[in-house]
Amino acid sequence: MSDTTARAIPDRLESRWTTWLKSWEMLLVGVVVFVFAVNAYASPYFLNAWNLSDATFNFTEKAMIAMAMALLIIAGEIDLSVAAIIALASTLMGLALQYGAGTPELVMIGLGVGLLCGAFNGLLVTGLGLPSIVVTIGTMSLFRGIAYIILGDKAFTGYPVDFAFFGQGYVWWVISFELVLFLFIALIFGVLLHATYFGRMVYAIGNNATGALFSGIRVARVKFILFLLTGLMSGVAAVCLTSRLGSTRPSIAFAWELEVVTMVVLGGVSILGGSGSIPGVVLAALIMGLVTFGFGLANVPGIVMSIFIGMLLIGVIAAPIVWRRLRGESAN
Amino acid sequence: MISRFLKSREALLAGAIVLLTVLIAIRFPAFVSAANLVRVFNDTSILIILALGQMMVILTRCIDLSMAANLALSGMVVAMLNAAIPGIPVPALIALAIAVGAILGAFNGIFVWKLDIPPIVVTLGTLTIFRGLVFVLSGGAWVNAHQMSDAFKAFPRAVFFGLPVLSWVAIFIVVLMTVLIGRTALGRAFYAVGGNPTAAVYTGIDVGRTRFVAFTLAGALAGLSGYLWISRYAVAYVDIAGGFELDIIAACVIGGISIAGGIGSVGGAVLGALFFGVIKNALPVVNISPFWQLAISGAAIIVAVAFNARAERRRGRIILRQSEAAS
Repeated sequence: MSDTTARAIPDRLESRWTTWLKSWEMLLVGVVVFVFAVNAYASPYFLNAWNLSDATFNFTEKAMIAMAMALLIIAGEIDLSVAAIIALASTLMGLALQYGAGTPELVMIGLGVGLLCGAFNGLLVTGLGLPSIVVTIGTMSLFRGIAYIILGDKAFTGYPVDFAFFGQGYVWWVISFELVLFLFIALIFGVLLHATYFGRMVYAIGNNATGALFSGIRVARVKFILFLLTGLMSGVAAVCLTSRLGSTRPSIAFAWELEVVTMVVLGGVSILGGSGSIPGVVLAALIMGLVTFGFGLANVPGIVMSIFIGMLLIGVIAAPIVWRRLRGESAN
Repeated sequence: MISRFLKSREALLAGAIVLLTVLIAIRFPAFVSAANLVRVFNDTSILIILALGQMMVILTRCIDLSMAANLALSGMVVAMLNAAIPGIPVPALIALAIAVGAILGAFNGIFVWKLDIPPIVVTLGTLTIFRGLVFVLSGGAWVNAHQMSDAFKAFPRAVFFGLPVLSWVAIFIVVLMTVLIGRTALGRAFYAVGGNPTAAVYTGIDVGRTRFVAFTLAGALAGLSGYLWISRYAVAYVDIAGGFELDIIAACVIGGISIAGGIGSVGGAVLGALFFGVIKNALPVVNISPFWQLAISGAAIIVAVAFNARAERRRGRIILRQSEAAS
């Protein structure tokens, strides 16, 4: 290598296949295969259609939120209040139940509360120009706080029988309604981000919000819509989770925001905004679900799994940096 | 000078706290009795110490979400050691708690410094790792009051000149931080790094290293708080101070410390924490369910952030202009 140029200039560009093989998503696919193999080897109960179906419940609700959160983080914002929105939506659904609401009303309330909370976050961030991380730490306390005011140490139970379908129903054989719903949502967000004008705007804002503004993108409006979508997805997750558990406590979905953010970052979305993909986040959700389920089969306590998730989060971000450094140094 | 103070954020916050206290006192005079005010301050002492640690980190444009988990882990280490070998003197245990906390903080700092990983990601990860390690270490078991030595439990409660040692420790840390932030090159470096990292590099400040130091010092304060928390409540278990990381950040935000870095004062952090302390202690007095506390603190954070943003926009972020106006 010559001394004058810092970078070597390649003779030819890498082919699309090589780029694709080296992508973050392929790395995640590798991890999925690895986790799958280890699990199948470690437990005889793993490779069973019903068990695998159960495993999907570990991540579908969080992954629904992660889809919207991915777009939000790509646009350079974050929403830490998603779990609190679930708590508030679920509590208000339970409250409506006490006044005789049926299944359609419950679903409408769940989604409506999600939208309203998202709009509140969006207004504070885009309307008043406040940093989203602090705003949503505030609304996280506020939303869950309202749930605590309403419920205290009590719980709402006795949801209608047909309401149970959203969290416990199966569409066909072992394919649960939640899984189908999640795949549908993932498809919509995938198309929205990767194949529409709106998606290009999201990337543009995340890379350079000022530049985006000067090229005619209504930055505030796009961000507001993203907060709305994140709120809505939290509402959907609230409906599914409430239906699955069949009860509401104010501590429902506690600390889920951390897992959702972990999922998004693990999926290759830059926490600084501007890059990331929906397939990556879907794969990351799958990895986290499989790991959690595999550990569960091996009787590892949940909190030990969280150590692993934490290390995974730091590890996957640190590994490419360390790798690049090591390669860079060895080239000198 | 005085008029500038009166217009300052700290004066406003102090005014709000006094007003709040007076309003409560009108209906419940017992709330402002000297004994009760001492109790409120003592209750808030740990939050004050932690908020000051968090403040250093936030000043450098970082954030530490792992402080409460750090507190739990450092606290569990000394609690278990005390239960296993009661003969170890308390000062040694306190030093150990501070050291463990500092190491955990340095762990955060090294990732931010050497690998340039965004602090929110690092500390989100270490938050779950530290909390998980408390479980691994203790096996999920509690260390109860009867397992701890008497000296271990007595230290924060001992009273000197009318105040418990816990309060004195907080006061000592406040003084220490006032000197560190206001009178040392390191303190200036915190502001410089947060205010404008690029400019800081050109003035010869090592941005990464300064952040590392901030994380390490914050970790040390979290470790100290770990001992204080566990000896005060005389119990150690996996979930102690769960969710407290957000209270710490909230105290800082209410105290006018800008999350964008470079703006904030020791006085602000202390007042922010005290505001929390007064509300928390007043709720049962005025007979409001403690379940209201979370929502109230959430609303307080949002109002404070909105207020901060307005103040920052109006005043600008230049330190020199203020001193020019003063001369």
